Formats: sequence, structure tokens, C-alpha cells
Amino acid sequence: MSGLAEVFGDEVVTHAYVRDVALPHGAGTLALITLDNGHDHTKPNTFGPNGLAELDAAIDRVAARDDIAAVGVTGKPFIFAVGADLKGVPLITSHADARAIGKLGHDVFRRLGELDVPSFAYYNGAAMGGGVEIGLHCTYRTISAGVPAFALPEAFLGLVPGWGGTYLLPNLIGAEKALQVVIDNPLAQNRMLKGRQAYELGIADAIFDSADFLEESLAWTARVLNGEIAVTRPEVDKGKAWDDAIAMARWNLEGKLHGAAPSFTRALDLVAAAKDRSRDEGFAAEDEALADLIMSDELRAGLYAFDLTQKRAKRPAGAPDKSLARKVTKVGVVGAGLMASQLALLFARRLEVPVVLTDLDQERLDKGVGYAHGEIDKLLGKGRVSPDKANRLKALITGSLTKDAFADADFVIEAVFEEMSVKRKVFAEVEEHVSADCVLATNTSSLSVTEMAAELRHPERVVGFHFFNPVAVLPLLEIVRGERTGDAALATAFATGRALKKSCVLVKDAPAFVVNRVLLRLLAEIVQAVDEGTPIEVAERAAAPLGLPMPPFVLMGLVGPAIALHVNETLHAAFPDRFPLSDNLAKMVAAGKKGVYLPDFSLDPEVVAIFGGGTRPSTEEQVLDRALAALADEIRIMLDEGVVAAPEDIDLCMILGAGWPFHLGGITPYLDRSGVAEKATGRRFLAPGVASLPA
Amino acid sequence: MPRTARDVVFVDGVRTPFGKAGPKGLYAQTRADDLVVRAIRELMRRNPSLPPERVDEVAIAATTQTGDQGLTIGRSAAVLAGLPKSVPGYAIDRMCAGAMTAVTTTGAGISFGSYDVVIAGGVEHMGRHPMGEGVDPNPRFLADQLVDPSALVMGSTAENLHDRFPQISKERADAYAVRSQQKVAAAYAAGKIQPDLVPTAIRSAEQGWGLATEDEPPRPGTTMDDLAKLKTPFRVHGNVTAGNAAGLNDGATACLLAAEDVARDLGLAPRMRLVDFSFAGVEPEVMGVGPVPATEKLLARNSLTMDDIGLIEINEAFAVQVLAFLEHFKIADDDARVNPWGGAIALGHPLASSGVRLMNQLARLFEERTDVRYGLTTMCVGMGMGGTVLWENVNWEGAK
Repeated sequence: MSGLAEVFGDEVVTHAYVRDVALPHGAGTLALITLDNGHDHTKPNTFGPNGLAELDAAIDRVAARDDIAAVGVTGKPFIFAVGADLKGVPLITSHADARAIGKLGHDVFRRLGELDVPSFAYYNGAAMGGGVEIGLHCTYRTISAGVPAFALPEAFLGLVPGWGGTYLLPNLIGAEKALQVVIDNPLAQNRMLKGRQAYELGIADAIFDSADFLEESLAWTARVLNGEIAVTRPEVDKGKAWDDAIAMARWNLEGKLHGAAPSFTRALDLVAAAKDRSRDEGFAAEDEALADLIMSDELRAGLYAFDLTQKRAKRPAGAPDKSLARKVTKVGVVGAGLMASQLALLFARRLEVPVVLTDLDQERLDKGVGYAHGEIDKLLGKGRVSPDKANRLKALITGSLTKDAFADADFVIEAVFEEMSVKRKVFAEVEEHVSADCVLATNTSSLSVTEMAAELRHPERVVGFHFFNPVAVLPLLEIVRGERTGDAALATAFATGRALKKSCVLVKDAPAFVVNRVLLRLLAEIVQAVDEGTPIEVAERAAAPLGLPMPPFVLMGLVGPAIALHVNETLHAAFPDRFPLSDNLAKMVAAGKKGVYLPDFSLDPEVVAIFGGGTRPSTEEQVLDRALAALADEIRIMLDEGVVAAPEDIDLCMILGAGWPFHLGGITPYLDRSGVAEKATGRRFLAPGVASLPA
Repeated sequence: MPRTARDVVFVDGVRTPFGKAGPKGLYAQTRADDLVVRAIRELMRRNPSLPPERVDEVAIAATTQTGDQGLTIGRSAAVLAGLPKSVPGYAIDRMCAGAMTAVTTTGAGISFGSYDVVIAGGVEHMGRHPMGEGVDPNPRFLADQLVDPSALVMGSTAENLHDRFPQISKERADAYAVRSQQKVAAAYAAGKIQPDLVPTAIRSAEQGWGLATEDEPPRPGTTMDDLAKLKTPFRVHGNVTAGNAAGLNDGATACLLAAEDVARDLGLAPRMRLVDFSFAGVEPEVMGVGPVPATEKLLARNSLTMDDIGLIEINEAFAVQVLAFLEHFKIADDDARVNPWGGAIALGHPLASSGVRLMNQLARLFEERTDVRYGLTTMCVGMGMGGTVLWENVNWEGAK
């Protein structure tokens, strides 16, 4: 173990303090273990080798006693424990060390379930991963109604809950419910449970308010020990229900990931087998799975991706000093279409400043404001905002037929028709009314910000502010710096983006910026393959091994073929060789098709006919090979052009803007490890070890 | 329309175990407001027939009303305790008699008809808020000779009391203190104190979480010899020591009062009836004598004499102050009516919380002593005051 402790050199050690508690109702003495790393709640308790050793020593002390009635485990204020210390994982270089980490966790945690006296976990605050698992090893559990996050997120990162989770949880609450926690939630953007939900799933035996959670948990403990309370749990159905749950999850997983993320399959296999395994067998299988996964590129990519979303997303590379940002006290939105209304709603909700929409047409204006007000009413109906808040938000969103309403705005964003001449005209009009400092932002997805600003009196005030649909949901904001964009406007854009709770990435003013350019290069390659005669369904399946959130033609349907065509045309104008125009796509748009599928998800024969006639069909493998090579080629060119600062920014954009998965690390780690990058571009994007196993 | 005063009853009272103030005390790293919240929640839990929205007021006393004892602690504690937002609250201060005043003020409001049910209590975390924290006495107190310079140092006022009653020697004070320790030890052994204690979570960064289940201050084995060795910090060759005075403590109390008819309607069992109360002022430099005029006023108004009083819960800020009271009313130092289960010298005195501790103990004693009709809770108050509350035992057999 000393080797492991060295690997985790800068571990923030979670201490395990033991203190005697005189239980009420004469139930004897409970030895209470408090997990506490000595920091406040912003640095949660985690477990590395040293922390596990401290917990082991604490358990040694309580196990040696014959004067205690029970053992309890709880956390520090607001935090129980959030699992393994992952900082050291990228440094593990051998399967044996990886296996040792899994075994160490088991060896320590399982002791809590194998004492001579009952053990009680008191989930007082956030519990994730190994934190949840500590409690699963205990005889009984209570949970605070104030627990904000309770999860086994391992599969999301590329691991399995392998310190007992995949074995103990299904044996506690049954396979179906366990899979919600082990598979479904990690798969759904790493959803977290609240304390009450964990209780309702049967993970905890009792729930108490946060105000006196520990006192009430201890009183409950006393009554359990005295026999006043008999803890009953529904019997776990190890028959058909178990097998059905596994089969359903497997089907679901196959449909979503096509085996692309080994952690999910592995977790599922472990849960499936937990039915018949002994505790020793179950834990040994977890050790093996953890070792294999820790030594997998998918996990290394997952940790890299996690780090990007936790750190780089919060400190955007290349953003100017935030002290240069100007305060935004009023926002203008040019246009009153759907996008404009959605933007108005987002700005009003997040910035809580007046937002005024403008349009030349009263009817459109009424509709736009009405849409935003209607959405607020929906939030009110769901209880997401209070009546007072709804009144406030509605009062913030108003409409005006004239742009003089922008006179005191600090930030005006346009969401008008995607046409350079229209946007230039709009900005010129806006500039007649606003102060010299007012930032003008464009939500263009493909037009040049530099060109849009060229004729203005103050071109330094113009920035690109590219949202992703649906704007309320997707966390990415591409902030585009035009050639003449000033630092103050840019800093204001970043501060505003942050206030909107978006993750901002600085992008050069280049055609289609990042996400759309990468997606369109992929789509162009696939459409080209179809143009050449590859059946749509073959091309559609080609990318399945990547485990992307949706196949290319489904994506096209979501974005809309017309928009895809428009962005493709923009890119074609800039890079005709790499973004060929598809006549068939143009025909499909001309025919008014909203996608290649009919409402029943079958292929639209008319679209099939439009794309028919090619004579050089490719296989799925061929389509995938050329699509990946195209991605590597495009990303290398983007980096060479300086579209973003580093491959990390491309990956962050694809994860947050397109939902590309952690097991690919976004995309460049996958292109590196699959050898595509070197084959297509002659070099890797990231050094070995950054998002993959060390060389 | 003529008003009819309503009878007011004490339904139930609880407190946290009392701790020693200071960095090693039970509550060194526990917030004062959390102590109050714990007491209120347990009070509500013990009285499940009381719908929380029926609580009309939460009056919580604290002497130092800043930090975790600030922010209008009655209201903030009510919110933190999870009472409905419709339940109001406020903060109250009469130094040591804070909780007592919370009871008399809200009790009077019940009698007046403005409240049906109230929560009254107090808190003092003397570790986090040492006595006199942040005070800024007006210089005219001394310039105009309004008070003696010793008036703001409670220990010095106790020494002054020995001067006023020279027959109360240090030995008498020490003997009283030893008996208080013995009575508390006996009461603990008999399980008299524990029923109204609320086990309270405590945490220290060095030891993790724990649970306070018993009072920390008592020193059960204390002897006269032990006390004789203690220093007299307030006066060279003086009489007042840490042994014959209450310590510096942390703790919180809360009780439930109701109009008697409302209590009956809600299924709340009254323990004692609030008959009357009285506060009186004395010279601040002998504040310990305050209970004497307060009690005299009260007895006279109710046409009672001390002979009618079967139980007396008197706060033991200082042994000399209790003895001065007993001297005045010609009660023996060891009279069985006085603090039968001991007092603050052993249990501790977290200033503004103590008034309700006296009531908790009196209410429990009334249950056992159905032969007793009337009891008093009384205490001295800094700046020269005393307060006394007259209670009637609802279990008094003479009424049946």
C-alpha cells in the first residue's frame, strides 16, 4: 500500500475521528466515526489510500472494544463523503496497483458490515460513489431530508461503483431500483438523487429533517437497538423481476451506447451477477472490473473530460481580465421570433434586469413577449418560481416597436434572420440609439462577426454570442472575438455568459465556430457517402460505435435540414474542398422535408428517392473510417488556424454543446487512441497520458 | 366590552444540557441558535397534538444579541426550527431573567387574549458571547454617581452583598454550595433532571460529532475543603469564589405556555398555572437582593405569605444572594422547600436561558408534590433587579 500512498502524494486526507455517544433510552454507547478532511463543504471528503488507512485504524479501535452497543458513521457539516480521490488515478500505471485500490476500499469498508455489533450510517449531507458505498456496508442507514446530492456516478466517469455498490445495492433494494442509481442516472447527464428520493428507493431505513438530523438518527438508533423499532425492508425479488430489469437495462444501454462505454456494460454485468454471488465473489469481481477500467483509455478520457467540465469550463482560456467587464443593467433583444423570446426569457431569469424585445411588427412583438410570459406561467404552474417571482420576471420582459427603447441598455443581442445584410442593418440602427459602451452581441451560428461589425462607428463593441438549442438547457456558449472586438466588450460578454450560468469558450471569428463546424464536417462526410450510394440506414449506423447522443440524420432532423444546409453553404464558401455541397440535401430542403424520417421513425421514401442513384456505396466501417479521418483533419486545421486555444477547448465544446460523451473525452482523446489522428494528420492531439493511459 | 383575563398554563419545558463556556466546553464549536432550534424542535415533538401553526409567538431571550444570538433570535430560531412562516417571533432581554421575562410577557399576552399558545425560552452561549461583550456603558453612570463602579461586575455585587449581610459568612455560602452539588447529584441519580434534557449534537473539528446528554458543570464530590482552597477573584480576602457561584455556561431553554382552555381543547396537559409575576429594582451594586422586593410585592398583591409557598426555585447566581433571600424571609439555609434538586451553582447558569430551567424543575416537582399548591421561581438580575413568578400546582390535591 505504501506504493499507492506515494502515487496519491497530494491526497487531501479524510480523517476518521471516533467519539463515544451515550445513546438515549439507555441503549448503551455508540462509537461514532466522523469523516472530516478538515476543510469546509467546498472541499468534500474523499478517499485515497491514506484516508482509507485512517478509517481502517478507526475501525480497528472500535472493533477491539466490548463495551459498545453499535458503531455509527457520519460526515462533516453538509458533506458525508463523495467517493474516491480521483486525482491519483491518472498516475496509476499498473493493473496490480489499480486492483489494489479496489481491494483496499473493500477491505476497509466491508469491516463495517462484519463487526460484532450493528453499524449505522448517517448520511448527513452529499454522498456519492464510495461515500454512498460506505453506508451500504453498514447494517442500517438514515438520511437527511436536506441531502442535496446522492449518487453512484462512477459509470458516467468510466468506472463502476466497485467498493461494494454493484453488489450491495441490488441486494438491498432489488436490481430494478439499483440500476436506476448505477446506470440510468449516470446515463442521464449524471443525474443526482435528493435525500428523500434515496429514502424512497429504500436505500435508507429512515429519513429525518436536517435541523436535528444527527440527534434524531441517534434516538432512532437507540430504539432500533432496544427493539422498539423493527426495521423492515421489502424482500428483494431475485427471480424474474431481477432478470427482467437486467434485460431491460441491457436493451436500453445497447440502444444508447452500442457498447461504446465499457463502464456501463461492466456495471450492468456486475449487478446482474450480484444475484447469485457470495459477498466475497461479488467484491472480487468488483476489484477486477475496477482494475480493468482504471487501466482503460475510456476512463482516462472520462477523467480528462470531467476535469474539463469542472475546471476549464469555469476558467475559460484566453478570456480577458474580468475587471474589464461592464455592468449589465438592461438588455435589448432585436427580433421577437422564437429564438429572441427564448433569449429574453433566459436573460430575464438569470440577470434579473429589464429585457426589451424589438420588432417592426406589433403582432410579432406581442407574440414574442407573449411566448416569454407564457413560459414563465408554465414555470409558475410547475412551482419552479413563486407567484411574486413570476410577476417580477414578466414585468422585466417588454416589447417595443422602436429601438429607442435600447437607449439605456448595456447589452443588445440580435436574433434576426441569418443574413449578413440584415444583421448589419440592424446593428447600424441599434447604434443610433445606444451609448458608446453598449455591447452588441450576435447569436449568429455561422456569419462573420468581423464583417458584421465592419461598418459600425464602434466595431470594438461587437461580439459573437453563440447559444445552442435549447438555449435554456445546453450549457455551452461560444463567445466569438471579431478582429476588432475590444477587451471590455469581450470581458462583458464572458461575465454575462457566466451570469447566464453558461460555460463559455473563447472562439476566433471563423466560419461556423467550433461545434457546428465539427458536426457539419461529420455530417458532410456522411451525406456525401449517401450521395455516393450508401443506404441512409447504413450511413446512419456507421457512427454507432462512438456512442454519440444521436445518429447523424436524427441530429439533422433536430437542427432542421434547412439550417444544416445553410451552415454547410457558409462552410463551403470558406472551405469548398472539405465541405462539398450536396445537391440532394438542397433538393430535400426544397421539398420541404423536415428530416429523413417519417413521424413513425421509418425512412421517408421520398427522401430515400431524392438521395437515390449513387453507384459507389460504402460499408458501415468505411463510412466510419472516413468520417473519423475527416473529424481529425478538420480539428487539426481548426487548431492550426487558432480557432480555439487548444484541443481541450474543442473537446469541451463538443461535450457541452453537442453532448458528446465522456468516454470519448469529447473527441480528440478518441481520435488519438484509435490511431486516427496520427493516420489522418500525422500527429496526436494530446500527449499520451493526458487523456489516455500513460505510454 | 369588558375583558376577561384568561388563565395561563405552563404545558411543557425542555432545555439542552448546560455546558461549560470556553474552548474545551461541550458547545465550544456549536452555534447558540442551533441550541435554541434543538430545544424548540424537541418541545414540538413532545407535544404532537399541538398543530405548529397554532403557535402565536416565539419569544427567545439572549443577553448578548449579536452574531448567532442576533438577528431577532426568536424569529430566526422559529424559521430554522421549521415552524410555519406564519409563526412570528422576537428577541427579548432582561439579562439573567431573559427567559423568565419571555414567559411573563407572553403569558400576560395570553391572559390579555392576544395569544393562545406561545413558545418562550432563552439562550446564552457565554463561550461565544462573554458577559459584557460589546457593551458601552454611558459615562454618566459614574460621573453622576448613578451606580457604584462595582455594579457592572456581578462577582463584585455579590461581595457587596456579603457586606450588607455580614452574618452571611463565606463558610455559610460554601456550605450552601456543597449542598447544591449534593442535591443535583442525588437528583441526577434519581433520574429527576434527565426527562427535560434534549440530547444535542455537538461537533468539534478535533473529535468529530458527539452528543451532549448531561450537564457538564456539576462537580458532585465537592467538599468544604475543596471550596476553601479556591481564590476570591473579585476581592482580596473576599468571600465569592468559583465554587459558591454559578459558572460561565452555554445552554438554551424553551417552554410551551397556553391559555388553559385552549390547552384543554388541543389535548395539551397543563403542569402549572401562572398566577402572577413581579419585577422590582434595587441598587445595581447589590443586584443579588433583587428577588426580595420582587417577591414581597408579589406575595402582597396576592394576599399570600411565605408560609403559603411550598416550593421555591431560586436561581443560584451566587450562594450569598440565595442566603440573603432566605434570611429576609426567615427561611433556613437548608429548608427543604428551596431548590430540592439543586440549582445553578451545580447545574450552571447560561444567563438568559435560566428562567425556564427553574420552571421546568418546579413543574416536575409539582407533579410529585401534590400536597403543594403554590411555588415560586425567582432570580436576581444584573443592573439591580429581581423577578419572581408565582405558580399554582394544577395537581394540587386540595383542589380535588
